[in-house]
Amino acid sequence: MKYLMTTAAMLSASAAWAETPVLTVYTYDSFVSDWGPGPAVEAAFEATCDCDLQFVAAGDGAALLARIKLEGARSDADVLLGIDTNLVAAAKETGLFAPHSVTADYTLPIEWNDDTFAPYDWGYFAFVHNADMDAPANFRDLAASDLKIAIQDPRSSTPGLGLLMWVKAAYGDDAAGLWADLSDNVLTVTKGWSESYGLFLEGEADMVLSYTTSPAYHLIAEEDASKAAAAFDEGHYMQVEVAGKLAATDQPELADAFLSFMVTDAFQSIIPTTNWMYPAVTPASGLPDGFETLITPEKALLLSPEDAAAARDEALAEWRDALAQ
Amino acid sequence: MARRARSVTVAALGGPLAAGSVFVLILVALLAVMSRADWPVTFGAADWAVLRFTVWQAVLSALCSVVFAIPVARALARRQFVGRTFLVTLLGAPFILPVIVAVLGILAVFGRAGWVSELLGLFGLPPLSIYGLEGVVLAHVFFNMPLATRLILQGWQAIPSEQYRLAGQLGLPPRTVFQTLEWPMLRQVVPGAAALVFVICLTSFAVALTLGGGPRATTIELAIYQAFRFDFDLGRAAILSLVQLVVAGTAAVLALWILPPLVLQSGLDRPLQRWDARGAPCRVLDAIWIGLAALFLLLPLSAVILSGLIGLFDMPISVWTAAWTSLWVGMLSTGLLILWALPVAAWLGQTKRGGAEAITLLGLAASPLMIGTGWFIMIYPFASPQAFAMPVTAVVNALVALPFAVRILVPGMRQSFTDYSRLNQALGLRGWPLWRIVLLPRIRARLGFAAGLTAAMSVGDLGVVTLFADPDVATLPLQMYRLMGSYRTDAAAGAALLLLVLALGMFWICDYWGRYAET
Repeated sequence: MKYLMTTAAMLSASAAWAETPVLTVYTYDSFVSDWGPGPAVEAAFEATCDCDLQFVAAGDGAALLARIKLEGARSDADVLLGIDTNLVAAAKETGLFAPHSVTADYTLPIEWNDDTFAPYDWGYFAFVHNADMDAPANFRDLAASDLKIAIQDPRSSTPGLGLLMWVKAAYGDDAAGLWADLSDNVLTVTKGWSESYGLFLEGEADMVLSYTTSPAYHLIAEEDASKAAAAFDEGHYMQVEVAGKLAATDQPELADAFLSFMVTDAFQSIIPTTNWMYPAVTPASGLPDGFETLITPEKALLLSPEDAAAARDEALAEWRDALAQ
Repeated sequence: MARRARSVTVAALGGPLAAGSVFVLILVALLAVMSRADWPVTFGAADWAVLRFTVWQAVLSALCSVVFAIPVARALARRQFVGRTFLVTLLGAPFILPVIVAVLGILAVFGRAGWVSELLGLFGLPPLSIYGLEGVVLAHVFFNMPLATRLILQGWQAIPSEQYRLAGQLGLPPRTVFQTLEWPMLRQVVPGAAALVFVICLTSFAVALTLGGGPRATTIELAIYQAFRFDFDLGRAAILSLVQLVVAGTAAVLALWILPPLVLQSGLDRPLQRWDARGAPCRVLDAIWIGLAALFLLLPLSAVILSGLIGLFDMPISVWTAAWTSLWVGMLSTGLLILWALPVAAWLGQTKRGGAEAITLLGLAASPLMIGTGWFIMIYPFASPQAFAMPVTAVVNALVALPFAVRILVPGMRQSFTDYSRLNQALGLRGWPLWRIVLLPRIRARLGFAAGLTAAMSVGDLGVVTLFADPDVATLPLQMYRLMGSYRTDAAAGAALLLLVLALGMFWICDYWGRYAET
């Protein structure tokens, strides 16, 4: 009798558990870490959805898409969150994603009208330096100076690819020439962002490819105002991070609800001081104190996903040839 | 007859089986990746350039590591001094550091803003710039010279002390002692150590890129990474992995093939005394080599420790849970490794064909990303890969450590078999008693070193198979990279220090257990 009761209790417990729908979101590693947006987002969404939100972390943006491709239509993922516009074309090509129904008053410096992916945050790439240094005003000044920069390899890192697109968007056919001029300024090229930022903090490099928002971290989290981002008059290339719904999801309504939730204040207000990027929709409470000190580029550069995908191979070859000299 | 046949089967069957499983693990992964590939695959002029650089830097790194390691090992073998044990333990340290931590440590000493550059600045000299091939080789020597030193040191210690005693009684000059005792040993040990370092450097990519100064320092491993991550070109990834395996395999076979036939002598395991190295010039020379090696290792390590101390109190609690996970993974991998390496080493110790050892080196030459992806493809249709995270991680860690363990164990195993085979047969020793009474006590020091190295490597490993990783169960290196990736440099440095302490601690316990038997 006792056993029966226990079994019955267990059964009903698991039945209740099974009724709570699970939404699986694939995202990059730093999103789910304790100090990333993941934990707060999970709590905020679960308070509204009566569901279980589960994040699965898979490396960085590029690894994320590779994982989805590996798993194909059988994937457990309902939502993919964390690729940027440079990878959007490749993601769409898989045919694994379904259109979204998100509408919002985006505060992006550009128009957003992609029907498959919705943005959740964005930032400008920039070279970060110590505030006491006279920074160059553009790529040509940088190339003429004897400053040493640490950049990331576009073949293994998303910011590295971003820089490639930045130079391409700003200089077009002259990109190869600019890279040739820059080659003696490149101290080194690293596998990922962490390595180059580490080199910069150690004083090895004068400047590092990062984001205009990087100084905000040092200012807000460390009360250290010694870092600044250099404003380039060619304009700054943007990174827009997006999320999309998998076509094969078994929770289509929940996935839609999550994507809609993503552009509300509850989600967006978490972003600035956890992901250290600009929210895609500035929340009613505004940006945190300290963000007003950041540079705001005159001109925002961004290649459309299709143009970025088309330009990639040529830009990569130009970059490699110029720096391999 | 039957009795003998049975004792032979254990090693003759278990060994090839265990060694063969390496081959199967890699082959299955490779085939799985190929099964999902789009053909045909391009392998162009740029790829050839990458291949040339990869091989060239690996050859240079292996040569430099071994050439530097020989005098250091010789000095350590014939000198006793305070701190010798500590230094020998530290020889395991660089190897287990996460690449980025070690690179930052090296740059704190040799970088543009490093200690050496500051010193040069005092004399009005320009700062050092190590970016380029020299930086790559420097870092690889930092990682691998200590390992080569340990391997060669074991060779020296395997020369029975009775022979030196005899040489002393005959009053042989150091030159003759070198020719008759040390040179044959070196010819036996050095090619294997060089092959091991070569294969390690072959698959390096973060070091090569960061210190190489740009795309000219691209290795095949980066091309594999790019093919998997950015292009999702599985065919290209498979072909590049195959190229890497072929190059490593060829090098391993070549190096192990030229090992000369063994003429081993047995001794009574007396403590070593060197009558030929008593002269003052000899002492000074040894002191210089030991001092140089100690500085070369200790300076970057102290940089790591110094920056870590600041961040130690800054670390979130999750770092400690991650440390616990890493500890588990390390112990699991070590246990698995011992079960795997012993039969392989026993088999190789009895064969005359050194080339067979090359199979185990393949485990090191296979791209972890390829193995991870291959097994992901295999497991995914049947089960959630996350459920296999721990076993796969342990297997892959053991797979990577196997070539080290085998290289360490085989010479000891071979000697034990040579010395005792007649006695074993006369006594009818076989199976477990043979292991317990003869083999294990005689290879205990080597087993301890191999186990320590595996434990340390697994603790320091960045979840070779991040594809399988469960976001809630992060290992310590992964947590360190996460901290670093979110600007938390101080906390990351603290985590790196914890990692160093944990890995060295596990290494020390195993190594101590092994060497405790000697005294």
